[in-house]
Amino acid sequence: MKSHYQLAIVGAGPAGMAAAAAAAECGATSVVFDEQPAPGGQIYRAVETPAAVDRAILGVDYWRGAELAKTLRDCGVDYVPGATVWQVSPTREIGVTVDGTAMLITADQVIVATGALERPFPVPGWTLPSVMTAGSAQVLLKSAALAADGAVFAGTGPLLYLVAWQYVQAGVAVKAVLDTTPISNYFRATRHLAGALRAPQYLMKGIRLLRGIKKAGVPLIRGVRDLRMRGDDAVSAVEYRRGHDWQRIEADQVFLHQGVVPNVNLSYSIGCRHTWNEAQLCWQATTDSWGESTVEGVAIAGDGAGINGALAAEYQGRIAALGALYRLGTIDADERARRAAPARAALAAERRIRPFLETLYRPPKYFRVPPDDQTVVCRCEEVDVAAIRKAVAVGCVGPNQLKSFSRCGMGPCQGRLCGLTVSELIADFTDLPVSEIGYYRLRPPIKPLLLAELAELQTPAASDR
Amino acid sequence: MFTNIGIRDRDFVRVIFEDQEIMVPQGHTVAAVLLAEGIRSCRETPVSGAPRGPYCMMGICFECLVVIDGEPNQQACMRHVREGMSIERQHGVAQIGPDANAAQDPAE
Ligand code: FES
Repeated sequence: MKSHYQLAIVGAGPAGMAAAAAAAECGATSVVFDEQPAPGGQIYRAVETPAAVDRAILGVDYWRGAELAKTLRDCGVDYVPGATVWQVSPTREIGVTVDGTAMLITADQVIVATGALERPFPVPGWTLPSVMTAGSAQVLLKSAALAADGAVFAGTGPLLYLVAWQYVQAGVAVKAVLDTTPISNYFRATRHLAGALRAPQYLMKGIRLLRGIKKAGVPLIRGVRDLRMRGDDAVSAVEYRRGHDWQRIEADQVFLHQGVVPNVNLSYSIGCRHTWNEAQLCWQATTDSWGESTVEGVAIAGDGAGINGALAAEYQGRIAALGALYRLGTIDADERARRAAPARAALAAERRIRPFLETLYRPPKYFRVPPDDQTVVCRCEEVDVAAIRKAVAVGCVGPNQLKSFSRCGMGPCQGRLCGLTVSELIADFTDLPVSEIGYYRLRPPIKPLLLAELAELQTPAASDR
Repeated sequence: MFTNIGIRDRDFVRVIFEDQEIMVPQGHTVAAVLLAEGIRSCRETPVSGAPRGPYCMMGICFECLVVIDGEPNQQACMRHVREGMSIERQHGVAQIGPDANAAQDPAE
């Protein structure tokens, strides 16, 4: 590792890997930092060394990541796995911890490619052990060949069906899929069907997944509008209702999912401007057509700048890298446009399905703004809806004041699991638009850092320059 | 309960989970090891003492905190097993931060 790079990329998912490849083609000195031990991000996690013997269970789309990972390894950029970036300053000084050693390096340009995380799913009992996310089920499948027999999957969105389908492919019993997609979403989504039909592969894939799940005899229960997890020391049952009456399914493992949202902690902490995306119900960094944020020299690529999926992330990564290379003076405007043209066309095609998916899998308000006073919102500090309601009643008007009222959002996850819920809850209580409520103010370090690490802060030797 | 659905050939390493030696596949995270062993909760919350277990498996929720080689507050889903690693569930109040060690109950 050097103490200075022309381009630093944070994240080795599809966007980060594609950005690195584009930078390498043009000969900029670049580094890719990634928290995981191997490239791929969450979507292509463990793609170089998948744990399961049977390759077919993960589906064909997954293997695209292998090609990207190989390019990253071969393209000549410095790839630093196991690296936690805890700070990027507006002057692009980067604080990163590798193997327990904290370091500061600098870069002329930064691309934040930190991807997405799963939307909070605050229902009663969601903090019980063995209630996990659908994404976590997939991580365990990809990286450890582990699957939970007799699990219940609950929620909405492509990832939920994909993981349930992967379980079925692996011959693992799925007790039930509780689908929380509101029936009215199907009608609303038909308005966007024309766009969706221009990208029929996604529709076909969705149909294939659901058909596979049903064919395996898994009960697919639609129109679920209330959910609660039961158990003492861990979950032992899921209760749900579609109409008036509660139904109960005994289960010792539940996977929840209601879509993914941008992982904005790093971009917020840098000071990039963010706006509320009403179609996707999330905060996202404001970027120009080259992915550059409102902070000069800092670009956001991939799902971190709005959810568009893995393929789009790849194209956005490439476009963001070309933007950075232009700002570095490595390429001129003509070359930038020429090299970006194929990625732009592919990106536009990739986005056609989005309005359809966003409408169909828009999570309903009753699962985003928990109606039940006892539901835990902030898992770290165990703050429930009632406490937030009370704070708002005595004059708390935003997520930042809420921290001092209740410690909500002050735990180690730094609001990643409660931030969206809090913005929407306060908006609901105050009858104001979410865009006016705002989000937590986030400052570095964005991951807990031991004082010992800070004390021994190092700069890679000057001779490495 | 998580079970192995057919793992590729991997080397195994020996880890010590609360005084018990177990052989686990190289490349597993500590959280994967705990789940495969049927350990559902790995800690209690500092606020109410409620049991918690891994939730996201991608390093964002901090629910999977355990004690690794005597160090509390380690994210089990982000740490990979190593030969001889000692893993313990985290009991009692162990706040993240510089005095995490001091907050650890020595009786545990
Ligand atoms: S399970 Fe979420 S941080 Fe480890």
